[in-house]
This record gives sequence, structure tokens and C-alpha cells, in this order.
Amino acid sequence: MLQINNLHAKINGKEILKGINLTVKDGEVHAIMGLNGAGKSTLSNVIVGHPAYEVTEGEIIFNDKDLLKMSPEERAHEGIFLSFQQPVEIPGVSMVNFMRAALNAKRQHQGLEPLSAGDFLKLMREKRKIVELDSRLTSRSVNEGFSGGEKKRNEIFQMAMLEPTFSILDETDSGLDVDALRIVAEGFNKLRTPQTSALVITHYQRLLDYLKPDIIHVLIGGMIVKTAGPELALEIENRGFDWIKEEVGL
Amino acid sequence: MEEKNGFVREVAEKKYQYGFTTDVQTEVIDKGLSEDVVRLISEKKGEPDWLLEFRLKAFRHWLTMEQPTWGHLNMPEIDYQDISYYADPTKKSPLGGKEGGLDPELMKTFDKLGIPLEERMALAGTAVDAVMDSVSVKTTFREKLKEKGIIFCSISEAVKEHPELVREYLGSVVPYKDNFFAALNSAVFSDGSFVYIPKGVRCPMELSTYFRINARGTGQFERTLIVCDDDAYVSYLEGCTAPMRDENQLHAAIVEIVVKENAEVKYSTVQNWYPGDAEGKGGVLNLVTKRGHLRGRNSRLSWTQVETGSAITWKYPSCVLSGEGSQAEFYSVAVTNNYQQADTGTKMIHIGKDTKSTIISKGISAGRSQNAYRGLVKVASTADNARNYSSCDSLLLGSKCGAHTFPYMDVHNSTAVVEHEATTSKISEDQLFYCNQRGINTEEAVSLIVNGYAKEVINKLPMEFAVEAQKLLGVSLEGSVG
Repeated sequence: MLQINNLHAKINGKEILKGINLTVKDGEVHAIMGLNGAGKSTLSNVIVGHPAYEVTEGEIIFNDKDLLKMSPEERAHEGIFLSFQQPVEIPGVSMVNFMRAALNAKRQHQGLEPLSAGDFLKLMREKRKIVELDSRLTSRSVNEGFSGGEKKRNEIFQMAMLEPTFSILDETDSGLDVDALRIVAEGFNKLRTPQTSALVITHYQRLLDYLKPDIIHVLIGGMIVKTAGPELALEIENRGFDWIKEEVGL
Repeated sequence: MEEKNGFVREVAEKKYQYGFTTDVQTEVIDKGLSEDVVRLISEKKGEPDWLLEFRLKAFRHWLTMEQPTWGHLNMPEIDYQDISYYADPTKKSPLGGKEGGLDPELMKTFDKLGIPLEERMALAGTAVDAVMDSVSVKTTFREKLKEKGIIFCSISEAVKEHPELVREYLGSVVPYKDNFFAALNSAVFSDGSFVYIPKGVRCPMELSTYFRINARGTGQFERTLIVCDDDAYVSYLEGCTAPMRDENQLHAAIVEIVVKENAEVKYSTVQNWYPGDAEGKGGVLNLVTKRGHLRGRNSRLSWTQVETGSAITWKYPSCVLSGEGSQAEFYSVAVTNNYQQADTGTKMIHIGKDTKSTIISKGISAGRSQNAYRGLVKVASTADNARNYSSCDSLLLGSKCGAHTFPYMDVHNSTAVVEHEATTSKISEDQLFYCNQRGINTEEAVSLIVNGYAKEVINKLPMEFAVEAQKLLGVSLEGSVG
């Protein structure tokens, strides 16, 4: 599905990613852990094509296509989704109009007709249930006046609407209480299929308890220094990152 | 990158889709302005003496006035002797169409603008008066409206057929001495629409006037007069476009509205005059005086305007609230891009008791444009319990544009309550990227955000117009971000 080869990237002239190699196969969930400033969010921003980041070397191949040649919206149409760490508010733009524009842009890319208003609203109702999002919220402006937890649920709701094949959850667990975390994680799990994959960026084991990732990577200093099975996350929870640093000689 | 630039260029060039010209035999009088020209216009229109007198008085007064400079505008020098004051596209060439018929080129022009002049093809429930350059070329559904006693025709015809009405109301809301451009218009106005809704009649269809400037080197000076008698109602729409030309074209109009007891008038404008090119060359100078007089008790008037075109917009649709309990509203969206300049707003003059006014203004500036709201709320000593609420918001796209707010208040009655709120916001890169990540491209994202921002005003427009206006907001701002 997604293959990253020797990826280097910088922001404001400073190199953050220093040669990332990562392969995610269909149906897999990978977790990326690491200290603040290690480059986790940079990696997710580069994958979705944030204009502030400059790729200086390497490639990202997504379903046999050169991802770095595509605009952010083309990447979205191809099936890439980012659950933002801090979803932005867009006053005046209703969730309904926003989702409709997003979904119809994707459908147009796929050569499909836009959904009728009736079908679209029906779809919204169905998908809302996945993250127990109140209709009160979906009738508001995008993220406006949403609590932290509601914003994150809204991200997963949008994911449910757009049905991406590759999703990135960028610290989706930050700022969530126990109940909200469960709702978000269970919502995400309902959307998993053998054809969809995900990259989960987190500091904590508690989200991974729900998501049960297949593979854990540790990102330090802009490079993936260790890759192992789910047991690695537990070990990090208990021992932190220092032992890994020592192991790889950093 | 090459390909991307090509696309951007294509969008920029395609942007003003009404920029074509019509090849039609047009009678244009020589450039220049003098008493003789005023007399010539009056003569061409076969006007009665009283109207010629009105024009001459206005002209003589205009000569004593100077062009105002208080607007937050960088106005190009206007040479009033270098403009032709009358252009008639309905004059046939000797080999032209049959007598009384309309030149097929004119029909085609309005078709192309989406304003079919054949009644069978018309937009549902809308009657149209089509004005090109100085002359009304056709008014649809006149007969049908006549059955209800409604008069809807060009002002030239009204002068001939209903002189008593025109004489009573013309200049009664905007006197010729009102301001420099009003005096100019009063001297040389050519055509425009006249509407009279008799007592107790609810006009069954939307009335609309479509203004089109076509001829080169001419100015358009239209004049609209709407009289809504007791207990009557009318909704009136105005649309405007002009060809792309690299010279400035002058448009100095007057709209007068008289609203009597318990009557209601809704006046909506979608102004899309040619704004000039991306470097600020050419474009229409839109210098307009619009005013309504709420004469009767409980009369109501609302101005709704979506201003996206013109190189310069200078207009303040205003309301004089004389009737006790009368209510006035002003809803405005003004968009400026590239080098466009807008200085627009309203005046609410409260004279009667228990009068109420609402002002909702949304300015959107992009490129290197300047966008100013200027508004006056005046409460006379007679206006007990007058209420005004004003809200003026500015949205900036980019960092080279400007937004300005000039609210004036002049309150002479201690029972009045006048409120003013203002905000300025900016579309952030983060908002645009969020949209991009969801698959919405930047142009569409801007359009979504701008339409969301302007929603409160757009919702006030009649349905068909609202859809047009939404598209227009998107198109006007194409290429403004990124």
C-alpha cells in the first residue's frame, strides 16, 4: 500500500526527517512512537503534502503511484486521510456543506456522480453513529465550539464519511478522557477492513490497547531506529525510550 | 509548474465571463457635456418641457459643484468632456430587422447573459426590464402585470404614459442637489426602470432590471424610480455587467424608492460590472446614489447588495425613516480583489417614532484591493425609541489588501438605542490546508469559507439570485490565495 524510501524533509530550512524507510501493507496498522520533536508529526504532514514541509530526498509510493507529485487534495482523493492533532475551526462553513464538498470532490475524482442531498444526509446519519456524534454538532460550523473530544470524534466521523484506504491518526488520543478515547478507538476499529491501513502516532499505550497495531516503530532524531511487534509498545510504556537510544548508540 | 501556470492563466482570463461586446448598430452622440447635450438627450427622448427644465436646473447646479474626495478611494481623473452621454443600440441600420422588432443581436446578448427576453423562456416568476447603454431595449410581462394595475416599464416610457406619477416622485427622494454624481445623473440620465405598485397589491412576480454597458467611450446614467403605494409589496432585483475594456467606464446611477403606509419593498442588487484586469487597468467606476423614503406608517424597506464587480464602487443605499414604526434593513457583501476599491455602506436616517434599522455588512478583500464600510446612523430629536443595530465584519485574504470601517453616529434623542459591532478576520493557511486534506481544492475552499461568511446576506436574496451570487463570490476571488 504505502512505501517510504529514504525520506528526507525539512521545515524552515531545518532538516527533521533524515532518511525514513517504512512499508505498510494492506490491512496493517502501524504505530509510530517517539519523543516530542522526533519528527512524528513531520512525517504525517509530509505524507499528506503540507506546503510548509520540503522534501529534499527520497520517495513515497502509494499504491504504485508517486505520492510526492500529487497536490494535497489529489492525495486525499487517492484515499489518504489525516486525523489532525489540532483540528482547525472554520466559522460559517457548516459540517454538512463541508463534508458534501469533500465527498463530492472525491466522487468526481472517481468518475462518480455527486450524491443527491437525500442520500448524502442519510449517509451522514449512518456514519455519525460510528463515533456517537450528536446531530447538534454536525449541524454546526466545522469544529466551531466543539470540545477537544468532540473535535477528535469529528475527525473519525469524517474518516468514516470519506472511507480512505490509508489513514494517519496524529496523536488522536491527546486531550481525550477515558470515555472519549474508547469511542474514538472503537469507531476507528469499526472502519478497519483487510483493504485499509493506518499509521497511528501516539505517546501512549492506552490507545494502542484498543487499536492493536501489527507493528511498532520508534522514531528518534528523524529516523526509525527500531521496529518490532506490539510487545515493543508495552516495553516503552514500562521503560521509556532511553534503553532504545543506548541500544542503537544515540 | 509550467502546466500549473497555464491553468492559472486560463482561470484568470476566463474569470470575467461577461466581458464580450455586442456588434450592434449603435447611435452614439458626440463626446462632451454642455447645455446643448442635455437638450439633445431630452429631445431624442421626446420629453416634455418640465423634464427638460429639471435636467437643465440639475446641470447648472452640477457646474457649481466639485467631485467629492472624502471616499477612501484612489479615484482616477474623470474627464467629463471625454464621455459620450447617450448611446442607443436599438437604432437599426437601414437594412436591419423589421420595424418595431428587436435586433436579433440584442436578443442574443441578453440570452448569453442568461436573461432571456422572450417571455416563454423567462426565469420562473421574474419580469425583466433590459437596459443596454442608454436605452431600455425590452420589458417583459408588462401586459400580465398591467392586469393588476402594476406599472413596470422603462422610465422613458413612463414619462410619456404616466407623466403625472413621474413628475410627482422624480427627484423627491434624491434631489438633484444631493451630491455631485446625483446632479450629473439628473442632468443626463438616459433610461432605467419605473415601477408603480398600486394600493393593496402584492406584486406576483419578482421585477428585475438588467443593466448592460456595451458601447465604448460612453457612460451609463440610469435612473430607477419605484413607488410602492399603501399596503403594497414588491421585490425588485438589479443585475449589471459590462464588457472588458482597458479604459474606465463611468456609471453614475440614481435609484429612488418611495414606500407608503404598510407597504414593503425589497431591493436586491448583484453588481458584477467589469472590475478591470489583474493589474488594475480598466473597469467600471460605479458611483451610485440609492435612497429609499419610508414615508408611511409601518413601511418596510430592505436593501440587499452583493457587490463583486467595478474598479471603484462608491455607493450608500440609504433609508429615510419618516413613517412611524417604519423598518429598514441593509445587507451587504462587498468583495474586492486585485486592485479593486470599494467604499460602500449605508445611511439610516431616523425621523419617525419607533423606527428600527438593521445594518449587516460583510467586506471581503483580497489581492491589493481596498474595501471600506462607511455608514451613518442618524437619529433626529423626533425619533423617540429609535433602534439601530449595526454589524460590520471584514474578512481578509492575504496581507496586501486593506479593510476599513468608518461608522458615524449622530444621535439627538435620548430614548434611542444604537448598537455597533465590528470584527476583522482572516482566512488562515491552516483552514485552507484542512480543506485540501479533505479533498477540497483551494479555490473551492475559499469559496466555501467566503460563502459561509456571507451567508447571512446571501440568504436574504431571492432564490435564483442567491445561487448566482454564491457562484459569483467564488469566481471573483479565483486566484486570490496561494
